[in-house]
Amino acid sequence: MLAITDLVKVYPSGEQALGGVNLQVEEPQVVAVIGSSGAGKSTLIRCINRLVEPTSGRVLLKDTDVTALSRRALRRARRRMGMIFQEYNLVERLTVMENVLSGRLGYVSFWQAYRRKYPSQDISRAFELLRRVGLEGYHNTRADALSGGQRQRVGIARALMQQPDLLLVDEPTASLDPKTARQIMRLLCELAHEQGTPALVNIHDVNLAQEFADRVVGLAGGVIAFDGAAHELTPAVLNEIYGEEDWSKTIKKPTAERSAGEDRGSMEQESAAG
Amino acid sequence: MTPEEHARKYPQVWERFTPRETLVRYAWFIGIVFVAVWSLNRLEIPWFYFLDAHEQAADLVARMVPPYWEFFYDIAGPLIETIHIATLGTVITVVFALPIAFLAARNTTPNAATWFIGRFILVASRSVNTVVWGLIFVAVFGPGPMAGIWSIAARSVGFVGKLTAESIEEIDRGTTEAIEATGASRLQVLMIGVIPQVLPVIYGTIVYRWDINIRESTVLGFVGAGGIGIMLYSSINQFAWHEVSVMLIAIFGIVLVSELVSATVRKRIT
Repeated sequence: MLAITDLVKVYPSGEQALGGVNLQVEEPQVVAVIGSSGAGKSTLIRCINRLVEPTSGRVLLKDTDVTALSRRALRRARRRMGMIFQEYNLVERLTVMENVLSGRLGYVSFWQAYRRKYPSQDISRAFELLRRVGLEGYHNTRADALSGGQRQRVGIARALMQQPDLLLVDEPTASLDPKTARQIMRLLCELAHEQGTPALVNIHDVNLAQEFADRVVGLAGGVIAFDGAAHELTPAVLNEIYGEEDWSKTIKKPTAERSAGEDRGSMEQESAAG
Repeated sequence: MTPEEHARKYPQVWERFTPRETLVRYAWFIGIVFVAVWSLNRLEIPWFYFLDAHEQAADLVARMVPPYWEFFYDIAGPLIETIHIATLGTVITVVFALPIAFLAARNTTPNAATWFIGRFILVASRSVNTVVWGLIFVAVFGPGPMAGIWSIAARSVGFVGKLTAESIEEIDRGTTEAIEATGASRLQVLMIGVIPQVLPVIYGTIVYRWDINIRESTVLGFVGAGGIGIMLYSSINQFAWHEVSVMLIAIFGIVLVSELVSATVRKRIT
């Protein structure tokens, strides 16, 4: 589905953010990308849809070599990749509905977008997604009137509006409080599995990564230092990714599984409040 | 700790500026005073005329009252023409200023050449006063309101364009990044990602400029570019001060109203 080969990014300042990354995502799974600040997580995700232009290497999305596309073809490829951001990046002065429908911009003409005349199947899908992310009834609310958690739900709906083959998620929870962060991560991972869309999720919080991701990739200094199942994370592995530290309290213990399962049931009530 | 011990441990002197910095600050002050005195000297102002300035002013006011109120019927038409010149000039400004603003903002301009063209137009527009634009357009279109409308527009494009371009440069990059990431075209990114962010500034600037343009269009008639200015000019030349006072009061009235409108509109934009 996604195959990254020898991806290198050197910024004009001379700083090397990625030093030859190889990564395959074959099945619809949630892949958490962890690593310290400056390890290249953001650059990696942005090189995939070329918001950041990679210096060398290849990114294959199904059969499309994203790195070789013209501007026009790149726009068509970007329609297949939904992106979710740390700061939500909604258009603050537009309504929730306009923000969600902006996920279809790649499919409508300039004038359709100008008059906000989207195809009826897009509109009903937008209403369905709003209900699914817990924002039913909010379609005419302006984005700047929402809380952080609600904004991120709009961000998720916008990305899923694209019916993407891949979700690129950059620190979705870093601006949220711990409870909202868990709700958003849970929603995100549920939806990725429901829609059968693989997701690459940059995340700072090792606990959240372990709990919700199917697979964890550790970046250190622009190269992959770990690639394995979430339960394979050990203090030794974290030392390798982040450097020496006492990880004994961070690694999830088997007993913690049950409490994680419990608050899953309370999600329905919480979702709209988030 | 006794006060003596305390004094030994911590410094008792603190000064915001070093002696050198203090010297520099005084030097600047003396320099500015020198420049002011020097300019006054160079102007060779005939101070003699200032001796009876207060009497002249009192005399002028005396000639202005009572205003010749019936004159209002004569100026009502030109007064409305003045407002039309300002309004139509502002409408033309909007059409030209917005595209130029997108050229002149670093983050939306296609390349360095288009950026330079945008900036050049803005600077050229702003470096010429509205009345001077009036002289130019009277030469092009002949005397009348058409010349006035275009001189208002020519000057306002620089004002509205510059302020809009600056607010475009300050938009949140994340939002446009998100719209780009959906596969939107360049024009769609401008429309959905950029314009909503700068719309309050655009509205505010346009209304503010319209308010300024009402004031500016009252003097355009001095150079034959339409509006009430030509009547004001001829009344002053004929020493018809009773008429002048009516016109000044009328202009004061419309400027007051335009300012109220502009303030109300700008307050309601969110």
